[in-house]
Amino acid sequence: MKRTLLTGNGAAAWGARLAAVDYIPAFPITPQTEIIETLADWIDTGEISGRLVTMESEHSMVTAAGSAAATGVRVFSATSSQGLLYAMEMLYTVSGWRAPFVLANVSRGLSAPITLEPDHNDILAARDSGFLQIHCASCQEVLDSTLMAYRLAEDERIRLPVIVNLDGFYLSFTREPVQIPDADAARQFVGSFDAENIRFRASAPESQAVAVLGGGPYSYFRYETHLAAINGAAVYDEIAEEFSRCFGRKHDAVEAYRADDADYLFVMMGSFASKAREAVDRLREDGWAIGLLRPRLLRPLPVVHLQKLLAKRKAVAVIDQNISMGMGGILHSELASVLYGRNDAPTVLASFIGGLGGRDISTEEFFEMAQSIRQAVETGQTPAPRLLYTQTELREVRKLQAIAQVERQQLGAIDD
Amino acid sequence: MTDSSDNIRGIKDLPSTHLLGTGTPMCAGCGALEALHEIYDILGNKTVFVNAAGCMTLLSVYPFTPFRGSWLYTAMASAPAGAQGIRDALDILLQQKRITQEEDLEVVVLTGDGAAYGMGLSATSGSMERMLDYIYICYDNEGYGNTGQQYSAATPHAARTSTSHGVSGFTGYKKNLFDIWVAHKPAYVATVIGADPLDLAKKIEKARSMEGPRMIIALSPCPTGWDYDPRETVNIGRLAVKTGVWPLKEYADGEVVHTKIPRQRAPVEEYLKLQGRFAHLFEPERNEVLLAEIQARVDAYWEKVEVAEK
Repeated sequence: MKRTLLTGNGAAAWGARLAAVDYIPAFPITPQTEIIETLADWIDTGEISGRLVTMESEHSMVTAAGSAAATGVRVFSATSSQGLLYAMEMLYTVSGWRAPFVLANVSRGLSAPITLEPDHNDILAARDSGFLQIHCASCQEVLDSTLMAYRLAEDERIRLPVIVNLDGFYLSFTREPVQIPDADAARQFVGSFDAENIRFRASAPESQAVAVLGGGPYSYFRYETHLAAINGAAVYDEIAEEFSRCFGRKHDAVEAYRADDADYLFVMMGSFASKAREAVDRLREDGWAIGLLRPRLLRPLPVVHLQKLLAKRKAVAVIDQNISMGMGGILHSELASVLYGRNDAPTVLASFIGGLGGRDISTEEFFEMAQSIRQAVETGQTPAPRLLYTQTELREVRKLQAIAQVERQQLGAIDD
Repeated sequence: MTDSSDNIRGIKDLPSTHLLGTGTPMCAGCGALEALHEIYDILGNKTVFVNAAGCMTLLSVYPFTPFRGSWLYTAMASAPAGAQGIRDALDILLQQKRITQEEDLEVVVLTGDGAAYGMGLSATSGSMERMLDYIYICYDNEGYGNTGQQYSAATPHAARTSTSHGVSGFTGYKKNLFDIWVAHKPAYVATVIGADPLDLAKKIEKARSMEGPRMIIALSPCPTGWDYDPRETVNIGRLAVKTGVWPLKEYADGEVVHTKIPRQRAPVEEYLKLQGRFAHLFEPERNEVLLAEIQARVDAYWEKVEVAEK
């Protein structure tokens, strides 16, 4: 086992390499491209023996990934943002094929307006697709989660594709020290892919993904997929335990940071949770009994873990790095449904939206959110959902608008 | 290269066993199914058909299939990408000796004109540029048939469809998919029709003997969409060739060759008047302008062919 500086993209590529993937359909998109470039480079230099094919779109890329997995080889692919959405039809389709493979998604905000920086609306758009989802907060996690994702995807109780999510820029292009597992140990952990009866062979003709008539058979297959995804929660725990035994790192379905005795909790996903961790440390110094929960597994949602970890808290601030237009934070809604009707549920479950398009969330804002939920406990009034934004930011945007206005006037495009 | 289509010289050489099962929900007189029967008899069951959304998607409805070989339904736009994944996976399995050569399959894409001429063209172009080793079969019934024959990029000029009801029918022109495919320089491109089983068999046999992208467009008379009596399917197919509306040709090694040149072309009217979709050209009165235009376009095509031949 060696320790080296790797970007999140490099870590994802190492995960695929250590899983000894056979096939990589690819398509470039910022900030993911480094993953496929790294793999292409290794293939060109003969360091790995897989085959990489650049397709003409992500829609085709996910189709080829699914059909290759359905033929019985181990497949890896990677995308981001608009690419994930362009492939959306096929995400639903290939999970219905029960084609197990791993797709790295480098989170990036969605158009419009177009941006390169991260938030989670891309990955959450795939929430109901049948892909399982693991959300990472460090480069080490990206590598480890990729190995774990193959175990999850290929498990006979599951057989579904898995997305490993890492945030654009904050992880994709940030170098962190990463322990690269020994290749033999990794191979032993991941094992070899047994396609079982889902594959194409001349001696055993197979019809896959045929049409159904009527809601009966349709519901049957959809329920089967759902139940397989549900199985993922327990299987994930087994895999995390085994991973910890093999490599000494434990990646729980929900990371709990200084949460044991905490009255107050932040809940966040992805790399921005590191900012919350820092805020927790600072607040603890000031005497706050506060901690952080970070769901790593989002699909299946680790409901039992979340219920247990959220029970008997005074107040919880859910910080969503996504926005469901007309509703608000998606993780907040999910947690509300997990907690509804439980006697031990926290009385305050407050919603905050932040970090859209890579917008920073400052330590002061974490303090403010902590104050806000403590106050809510005192007054018995949960605050309305809040969209994090500062006066300075608003002033900066107004400045840009003013400049644009002056330019247009000077060019004579509008009246003075 | 020896031309393997030499194996099929006359109608007697056509396969006598029929491999595609019966009882499918295709319409009576389906010209696409006619062509597919003939094609499948030659390709056989060591195949995996990769299908895009269209009429033929209904061939395999859980838990039945008329295919003795394998099948994968993908989506409307990406059947060639599905073929790419399967071909690459089989090659990897062969290379790693995880399967024997006997377990290998011919990968065959099966789509309608809606996918081939439009939504799936990007994926098809990509597959040809990557020189994917597969066979593409487009059954071209000149409209979005499975949804009730709205016009598509394959609809011929003046045809009436569910979205071109006007007195002139469809005002656009049929896209030249053959030339678009040829521009990619794949291994093979051919037009076929079920009504000429010998020409079809020779071409499929030839395609089977080659490697790389082998692209087939089968004009598929469609009683439901073209509005004619199902028993006329073969007749209309023959007339499509005899009138010169559907040129039977092939491209290989950089050259396009017409496999059947109708020297004494019948007037296109004979083909058009059998089909309800062109009835407005004859009733309540003859639309001489449109009829002449259609005839002129066919004549112009064959004049060029004849000039090129001299």
